[in-house]
Amino acid sequence: MTTAAPAATTAKAATQNACKLCNPLGACLAFRGIEKCVPFLHGSQGCATYIRRYLISHYKEPIDIASSNFNEETAVFGGSHNLKLGLKNVTQQYRPEVIGIATTCLSETIGDDVPMILREYAAMMGSEGPMPTMIFASTPSYSGTHIDGFHAAVLSAVRTLAEEGPKRNLVNIFPGMVSPADIRYLKEILNAFGIPFVLLPDYSQTLDGGPWAEYHRIPPGGTPTSAIATTGSAAESIEFGSTLEAGKSAAGYLEAKFGVPRHHLPLPIGIKSSDRFFAALEQLTGKPMPEIYEDERRRLVDAYADGHKYVFGQRAILYGEEDLVIPMAAFLREIGVLPVLCASGGKSGLMKKRLLELVPDMEELGIKVREGLDFVDIEKEADELQPDLLIGNSKGFAMSKRHQLPLIRIGFPIHDRFGGQRLHHLGYRGTQELFDRIVNTVIEQRQNASPIGYTYM
Amino acid sequence: MEAKIHLPDPSLIKEELINRYPAKVAKKRSKSIVINDPETIPEVQANVRTVPGIITQRGCSYAGCKGVVLGPTRDIVNITHGPIGCSFYSWLTRRNQTRPENPTDANYITYCFSTDMQEENIVFGGEKKLKQAIQEAYDLFHPKAIAIFSTCPVGLIGDDVHAASREMKEKLGDCNVFGFSCEGYRGVSQSAGHHIANNGVFKHMVGNNNTPAEGKFKLNLLGEYNIGGDAFEIERLFEKCGITLVASFSGNSTVGAIENSHMADLNVILCHRSINYMGDMMETKYGIPWMKVNFVGAESSAKSLRKIAEYFGDAGLKARVEEVIAEEMPKVKAIVDEIRPRTEGKTAMLFVGGSRAHHYQDLFTELGMTTVAAGYEFAHRDDYEGREVLPNIKIDADSKNIEELKVTADPVLYNPRKSEAELEELKAKGLEINGYEGMMKQMASKSLVIDDVSHYESEKLIELYKPDIFCAGIKEKYVVQKMGVPLKQLHSYDYGGPYTGFEGAVNFYKDIDRMVNNPVWKLIKAPWEKENTEALEASYGA
Repeated sequence: MTTAAPAATTAKAATQNACKLCNPLGACLAFRGIEKCVPFLHGSQGCATYIRRYLISHYKEPIDIASSNFNEETAVFGGSHNLKLGLKNVTQQYRPEVIGIATTCLSETIGDDVPMILREYAAMMGSEGPMPTMIFASTPSYSGTHIDGFHAAVLSAVRTLAEEGPKRNLVNIFPGMVSPADIRYLKEILNAFGIPFVLLPDYSQTLDGGPWAEYHRIPPGGTPTSAIATTGSAAESIEFGSTLEAGKSAAGYLEAKFGVPRHHLPLPIGIKSSDRFFAALEQLTGKPMPEIYEDERRRLVDAYADGHKYVFGQRAILYGEEDLVIPMAAFLREIGVLPVLCASGGKSGLMKKRLLELVPDMEELGIKVREGLDFVDIEKEADELQPDLLIGNSKGFAMSKRHQLPLIRIGFPIHDRFGGQRLHHLGYRGTQELFDRIVNTVIEQRQNASPIGYTYM
Repeated sequence: MEAKIHLPDPSLIKEELINRYPAKVAKKRSKSIVINDPETIPEVQANVRTVPGIITQRGCSYAGCKGVVLGPTRDIVNITHGPIGCSFYSWLTRRNQTRPENPTDANYITYCFSTDMQEENIVFGGEKKLKQAIQEAYDLFHPKAIAIFSTCPVGLIGDDVHAASREMKEKLGDCNVFGFSCEGYRGVSQSAGHHIANNGVFKHMVGNNNTPAEGKFKLNLLGEYNIGGDAFEIERLFEKCGITLVASFSGNSTVGAIENSHMADLNVILCHRSINYMGDMMETKYGIPWMKVNFVGAESSAKSLRKIAEYFGDAGLKARVEEVIAEEMPKVKAIVDEIRPRTEGKTAMLFVGGSRAHHYQDLFTELGMTTVAAGYEFAHRDDYEGREVLPNIKIDADSKNIEELKVTADPVLYNPRKSEAELEELKAKGLEINGYEGMMKQMASKSLVIDDVSHYESEKLIELYKPDIFCAGIKEKYVVQKMGVPLKQLHSYDYGGPYTGFEGAVNFYKDIDRMVNNPVWKLIKAPWEKENTEALEASYGA
């Protein structure tokens, strides 16, 4: 393995058209995947409102996020009173089992000691019967991105709830920020292997559910707290996320604290990465891959063979969260697409290193990897790199329009197309879907450009 | 107006809404939930801080300042000074449209600039980075103006965005740079940000260019943000009538037009809440009266055009306006006649904005639909009860923190466009000159008026009223639709529009017809379809 210098970042002081969202958004999303949990932002109400409207535009599901509604006085004297009052009101109205509290830049700047305030609140409410479990994540928006907030919330949930116990036949699965459809697929796979599992966070239903036959203060679904408690006695944790370091991760915590081995994998996108995931499950359960997935894999290989002529040699710019971009780049190499630029607004310092592990000939191929970029930087690169395709979230649309390049939408946020929450990315099934979409995008381009109205392309 | 439908007893509903709250919260909320009487107009508690933990639909001061008022002007580079979230979330999310005259003209609306503050900027201060960001934006575009917006941490760490702006303005020489202290914790909602924005635009832009504007009937359009192309339809009507639009605040606007806006002879106000300060300040400094109008609804549009013609008092303009209305109305009527039999007698609820909950009632009336409950998200008492209550509004700590500019008549440019006597005469003719009657006067007796409705309350209202359509925003949309009730977004228009003027009215009728008569709702069983809520029924009407 070659060791590499960290990826080059932006030369600008300011950010123009960001390719990242803020820390508390990720935490709110993760909290939505815990059963009977109300996310709560300690800060100004605007943060809760903006993050709600943003998440809702992608998931098209209701998302309630409470807030401690800072005012000028709170900003100067501290948010203790507001936080306690807010928790009390949320408890009374929503009857949650969990309140997931995340900070904002405001409460972090003034230095509110939230754990201390929570202890005071518990003491104050002690006599008034059972209280919701409080899960707290520190998520200052001035550091990291939405992904850091997401992992901080998952880690905090495990840290708060996981208990020690005799090892059992159980696997923890921490998929990271994937789509509700991806989560459903992962659950289906684990069920097919017949191994009990705890998947955290599970917003497959809370953020992609059906109509309500009755009123729900909190939408049904999510990982139950009782299940999170058992993560400490699992046989193993499988955790996706190429740049996610053990010290910041739930699986890393469980390994250090309870000796639950952490099996760290890139997101299973593409055949090779999916094979690694299925192999991990085979090893863990001692069972062969269920026939249905063997079938999916065979169909996918067959599709690669049938579709390669369309996509081979296409040049793509790939952008988004580092942990999505890295395995996506490896998948694109499998199908002969050259990811000329792998860009992220995130800045882990690990992106190039992790990508090299999956694409060892990356440098010979001239694949550029750049962290901490914004869309103005990416567009500048596009001028030089002359890509055929853009692959990433909806925020690349302006670039795609200006450069007249097709945009294949993946990840988050997707708010200019319908059904972003139902897109598959993972496993053979997700890879199949991605492959079909990429091939069809190329075919559509050619067909539209053809002077004759060919229907066979 | 006699309601043909059975509606629940509003006092029982009110009781039902607040009984889940802790006693103190219940007491506070009950002042914001009012049973309307258009004759006496009861007091509504509004513009008071949301109680922590009560999930509100309100946004923040930054959202009102940057997102609402400054956002739509295409040739200002807006830089958000703060961590990344705020700028990202306000990046094109309001669907403001703009139409540069030439394809090469400046248009920065699709850009999102942020200083992207990091921990070291919080600890050691962010002014240096801000100045770099201004320089970078200037080098990239050479814009006429750059505006800086403070987010929450900025005020606390002591960054002086105004000093930094002044310094950069001087350094750059040909670029107007100015800052806004619109930190999210200021004020109780985005409304504070509107006021801060009005002050800044008035101080730094209005009056910068004294070139007389051309045209006989010159006005500014205030409080119209061109969501979904609304301003384009109003511009079309003005042009057809021969009315000159000097500047718009701020849909489809430019820096140059706003700088020259004090050369107009009338300000017409659509969204009273977000821009009334500007109307007042321009009246005091330059002698330009303002008049409340409403271009939402075909009848309202016709009425507003007539009012404008009446204001200018020109027989030719009056005749032209009548011609235009006569030309536009038949198309509208043809559509209403077709759709109305399918919408007649249905009910609507509107909880949105600072003016939309009022204006859109006109469109529903045109469809024969009744508004059973309405309220604003961030309005003040005057938007509900009318501006007569202004002297009686208690100034609380939150309002006191927002600067009130001391404006006086300009020694050179003050020129009252109408004499006191002329203004009185116009008022007598029913023109809302420097005034606004508010929403409640127009609403039925016993309808419910609720300020800053909470998520919990709106769910309860749907359960109890079973409306045919609920109007709000994206945050409410999907919870309402889960219950089998269509929700019309009146911030983003569900990516439709325009809804102003005559063409807009037709768009709206069609959209509402599609929504309330859609077969898809038959597939969703509403929660009340298995409940019996007869106990809450009561006869209703005024």
